[in-house]
Amino acid sequence: MTMFGYRVPMMASLLVWCFIWELVGRSGAMFLVPPLSDVLVAAVALVQTGTWQAAAITTLNSFLVGMFFAITVGIAVGVLMGRSTTADNLLGIWVNIFVSAPLSALVPVLMILFGMGETTVVVTVFLFAVWIIVLDTRAGIQGVPPSLVEMGRSYGASPWTLYGKIIFLAALPEILAGIRLGVVRGVKGVVIGQLLVAIIGYGELFELYSRNFDMVNFWALTIILFAAAMGLSALIENIEKRVDYYAGVR
Amino acid sequence: MRNITAQAATAAAVPAGSDVAVEVRGICKMYNEVEALRGIDLDFPAGKLTTLLGPSGCGKTTLLKIIAGLIPATSGEVRVNGKAVTGPGPERAFVFQDFALMPWATVMRNVGFGLELKGMGKNERQAIAQKYIAEVGLSGFENKYPHELSGGMRQRVGLARAFAVNADVLLLDEPFSAVDEQNRRKFQEDLLELVEKEKKTFIFVTHSIEEAVYCSDRIVILSRRPGRIAQIIEPEIDRTASPDAIRRDQGYLDTVEEIWQGLKHYVD
Repeated sequence: MTMFGYRVPMMASLLVWCFIWELVGRSGAMFLVPPLSDVLVAAVALVQTGTWQAAAITTLNSFLVGMFFAITVGIAVGVLMGRSTTADNLLGIWVNIFVSAPLSALVPVLMILFGMGETTVVVTVFLFAVWIIVLDTRAGIQGVPPSLVEMGRSYGASPWTLYGKIIFLAALPEILAGIRLGVVRGVKGVVIGQLLVAIIGYGELFELYSRNFDMVNFWALTIILFAAAMGLSALIENIEKRVDYYAGVR
Repeated sequence: MRNITAQAATAAAVPAGSDVAVEVRGICKMYNEVEALRGIDLDFPAGKLTTLLGPSGCGKTTLLKIIAGLIPATSGEVRVNGKAVTGPGPERAFVFQDFALMPWATVMRNVGFGLELKGMGKNERQAIAQKYIAEVGLSGFENKYPHELSGGMRQRVGLARAFAVNADVLLLDEPFSAVDEQNRRKFQEDLLELVEKEKKTFIFVTHSIEEAVYCSDRIVILSRRPGRIAQIIEPEIDRTASPDAIRRDQGYLDTVEEIWQGLKHYVD
């Protein structure tokens, strides 16, 4: 972007918004919006408390366990759907329903099934993340050039080698894109799950601060969470770019 | 030029004094209701380059893939060195129309991939790959990735990979169709040198009449679907002449013309 003939860096708009936030906060017009500087100070203080650390560990744990299952199951089902028309016909409709469904509505049902604990949160993360991984893996597998598979067969690859050395690697860019989108959805899942269960981890803190109108800590918590989600997504995007360099050119 | 008609093909299939590397007996292929190939009987002499030529959709690639063991025939039998084909085998190597290189692997790894699948050790297979990379004229490109190479160079990698596994029979599926015209001519000349040097049996699919006449010891012309053998031609061209002399040779030009006259009525 250029302004008055000067090149303005990308993050500049963020600074402008931060400044506006600070002004609105200082004016005291809305108690919901405390000054940004207060929020940042609170964020630094917050991460040093035992409560936050315990909540973060619980949250991270639920997230990682949920994502582990989402990635494992997602890739397995995606490969199956990509390679077998029967599996694709059988599962395709369900995956497409769930990928666009408002899954938050299901969390109360999950609570009845899995109790008011971490299991429910793990299942929520899984359900938020898995479908997009399935769809992207399926697309990746279907995009593997048939001649590459024939090449493997004609040079004597066993079925397992064929998957390990050719099909999986050829589909890797799409699989990673699926995982990146899955991670973003998984972060939503872990927060929504914890908010609705309301007695564990990050969700408990959110609930506590918003109920007490402690907006400074509420926004601090939000900013930390946003930063973490963006950081995770950027990390996977980085891996994706490196893989694309080798596998993107087909 | 020797012209062997379809009726006499079985009897005259084997040129005197040469062995048969690949025998095709009564191959038929149905794709659901569509008949792609009907009753193909063919012998491919060892150490020669035989071309399958025909209008598009005549099943020439299908026949090649049946010989490769990549797709099963509906009926009939293919024998390579006297052994019936049930699937892909180490005595056959395939060169693909779209190169089928692994984009994430270097030229070196791509060329050595057939050997890697056989479980050969890294040093050993790299030594062999190196030899064939040099033979196809790609020395210095060992550590490049396929997307850094031109179409012609990529197909040279595909060819080197097929040579590296030391198969008796090389199956080439329109190897030059994705290569630009100038590179194709050079590539054809290099291929003839390699045919001379490697003493292998080549089966070559193309839709280019000039390419077929220029490269082949024997040309099998297939008719339009269902594919049957329409004609077998053995161009008698002096291969010792320079490539440019061959392209101006009267025998070469006559053969191209005759094949075109035979194929013309298949074109809409």
